[in-house]
Amino acid sequence: MEHRQYPQIGEQLYIEKLANGLSIFAVPKAAYHKSFAFYAVDYGGVDRRFNLSGTWIDTPQGVAHFLEHEMFDMEYGDALTKLSSNGANPNAFTSSDITAYYFECTEKFDENLDTLLSFVSTPYFSDTSVVKEQGIIGQEIRMGEDDPDYNVYYNLMKSLFRHNPVRDSVAGTIESISQITPQTLYDCHKVFYHPSNMALCVSGNVDISQVIEIAERILPKDPGENPGRDYGQAEDLKPEEYKVIKAMEVSQPMFIAGCKSIPAPKGIATQRQDIISAIALDILAGHSSPLYIRLYGEGLVYSDFSASYDASADVAYTLFGGESSDPERVFDEVNKEIEKLSDTGPDSGLFQRTLKASIGSYVRSLNSLESICVGIANGHFLGFDALTGLDILKSIKEEEITNFYRSHLSPQNMAISIVVPK
Amino acid sequence: MHTVHTDNIFPGVELTCINTDKFKTGTLSINLVSNLNRETAAHTALLPRVLRRGSKDYPDMERISSALDELYGARIEPTIRKKGELHCIGFHVDFPDDRFIGSSGNLLEETATLAGGILLAPDLSGGLLRDDYVQSEKKNLIDDIRSIINDKRGYSVDRLLEEMCSGEAYSINRLGSETEALKITPQSLTECYLNMISEAKLEIYYCGTAKPEQVKSALQNALANLPQRNNLPKLGTEIILYPPSDAPKRVVETLDVTQGKLVAGFRLGKAMENNPDYPALMLFNAIYGSGVMSKLFLNVREKLALCYYASSSLDKHKGIMLVSSGVEYANFEVALKEILAQLDHVKNGDISDVEMNAAKGTITTSIKASMDRPAGLLELYFDGSVSAIQYDPEKLCEMIEAVSVDQIVNTAAEINTDTIYFLTGENDDGTRN
Repeated sequence: MEHRQYPQIGEQLYIEKLANGLSIFAVPKAAYHKSFAFYAVDYGGVDRRFNLSGTWIDTPQGVAHFLEHEMFDMEYGDALTKLSSNGANPNAFTSSDITAYYFECTEKFDENLDTLLSFVSTPYFSDTSVVKEQGIIGQEIRMGEDDPDYNVYYNLMKSLFRHNPVRDSVAGTIESISQITPQTLYDCHKVFYHPSNMALCVSGNVDISQVIEIAERILPKDPGENPGRDYGQAEDLKPEEYKVIKAMEVSQPMFIAGCKSIPAPKGIATQRQDIISAIALDILAGHSSPLYIRLYGEGLVYSDFSASYDASADVAYTLFGGESSDPERVFDEVNKEIEKLSDTGPDSGLFQRTLKASIGSYVRSLNSLESICVGIANGHFLGFDALTGLDILKSIKEEEITNFYRSHLSPQNMAISIVVPK
Repeated sequence: MHTVHTDNIFPGVELTCINTDKFKTGTLSINLVSNLNRETAAHTALLPRVLRRGSKDYPDMERISSALDELYGARIEPTIRKKGELHCIGFHVDFPDDRFIGSSGNLLEETATLAGGILLAPDLSGGLLRDDYVQSEKKNLIDDIRSIINDKRGYSVDRLLEEMCSGEAYSINRLGSETEALKITPQSLTECYLNMISEAKLEIYYCGTAKPEQVKSALQNALANLPQRNNLPKLGTEIILYPPSDAPKRVVETLDVTQGKLVAGFRLGKAMENNPDYPALMLFNAIYGSGVMSKLFLNVREKLALCYYASSSLDKHKGIMLVSSGVEYANFEVALKEILAQLDHVKNGDISDVEMNAAKGTITTSIKASMDRPAGLLELYFDGSVSAIQYDPEKLCEMIEAVSVDQIVNTAAEINTDTIYFLTGENDDGTRN
């Protein structure tokens, strides 16, 4: 077992790699009442076309999310019920990149971990359960259709990307999920849900040796085959469309503007890129940036105005969004600010201050077991150690920030999606 | 795991200090508590946002933000909450613990001073709060009030409360109404401000590693300008035990939505009389409709697959329960029938050991899990301070473990439907808008 210590942030990490290829991570925090377990699969909404033993397989949009819902069905009944009746608070989510199952509890952690690892390893699907889930997820999709946030986001992603699966909703459509059969689910489970494609992170009041013992007892011995993935034809950086507007029942316009760019290679470069982007976007559009303060003062943006960078399925994109009475004016102002910052780089005083604030917010994030475990699992799939974030933060140089503006925020690669009141 | 210490920093100003070293941050919650009032709610809600725009020493957002960045990203965020019929405004303040930033700072003292200045030393140079800040935040507040409709689930709950509690302060939104917000002027808001800082109850909570004496002294300095507290009004929530009529009021509205919403409001009856049995009420709610083991989740959602969500929530300060659900129009009546049928099951004591244990586990886990978050821990104590009965969280967990089926049946006996609200996308003749 590997033991890493991070004295600066007062944390320690135990890592064990099992013979079947599963990586287990534990961040003990004895003073916490609760324990948290996070079991993640490197499989998300974008992984729709994959290669298994030489054959390419296409699956309908929404399968990863559908599978997540169906996994809870066991021969004995519902695993969600079993965990809940044993005092745990379980849940799951599917993002573009990962599917994750997790619970928190304050007692009987071992029993609950046993249940979690068992049900995620046991495919048990039937025609009846698939039809029932089509009803429930159908309602979830309908709810999304009424949600302006959902509309403004996916309208943007469809404008930015021509082929890449990040343009499609993780939940799929009523039409796409109607194509799902029990066999689709068995196939996807077999391809992705094997130990070497997964990570188990625990934190809080936990004992790593118990966790290892349970994982070795429950999980399959075979590491499985890592599937090849295909995200379709490579995208150039030009958006498919530059502007899309939809009218909905909202009180005032909301928008997301996005910019395509090239993601950093996997590994420590991705970790550094994530940290650089966060600082660069705070300086550009964060709550102490001159741009935000000016636009807020003019009544053009609200405190929900925000910017973020993300990379997934071989593409990267930076998003700016919020509500505004005049989204196109905000878009222009953001573009002008980008042009200025690309030209001159950030103000040194602002850069130093933002760095300090980022250190504080990194430290604050360590209060949350969820945020620690999600960070470690993501880092594992992308090839870095998330608990080294503070060291990297402190080493960021001004030039790297300027370079981010130049290489990731080119006006010709930007599009905007707006939802306007009816 | 933590120790609690209460003290008065000034006469009538209470500080609750929760000491623990398990967090990486220090947290302060500063609350001005008053009775919710239809005429002043929008003013009250606007105050922390206007104050946050600038103080005498830090006259604009840029200077406040710079100061916060220098304090390692400390945060001073306006809060506007509703607890029963109490209106609680103020600031949530947090900052990294000095141990982790590699500098020998005094982040508690410096952040408290900044927050104290924002609360007590606004720029009143012309005798009034700054007109530009008032107008700008007034516009934002009105936009926020208007945007309630963007979230159809929350909007439906608000509409139900407006219909069900029309004569009660409880129907007032925490942000106030647009009509009242439109009347705000620098004069009226300044008057409201001066009233609030001398007449609202001031409650302060701290969570972190600093000793109570150090926190007290930091706050005494930061709030040195606080006016003498006198004539504090009596605070409270009016509890109505029974619906006005046996036949529930029904309200149907249409908006352009593809999924309908159903919200039902209930009065709790004798359960709210004398010394309400809070642990039994919390368990009742968990068994009936809160969480994945509840009757509503398992029957309305899972068994009948009628909706994506169906859940209950209970306000123990006010004595009201709400059931909220997203359903297809065609299924409204079926869903409502099932929601009421499940309530009858609980009233009849049809509660299995599995359900009982799951509900106990869910609630105690959630209380204990709250104690693992700074804001959650402070909230537990703050919520207790505005309750009719106060419990230490650990003690509350013990009481929940001991609740019997009889206690729940007794508590649920007089829970009656008051009002039912439907939001549909159809006109009465069945055509779509």
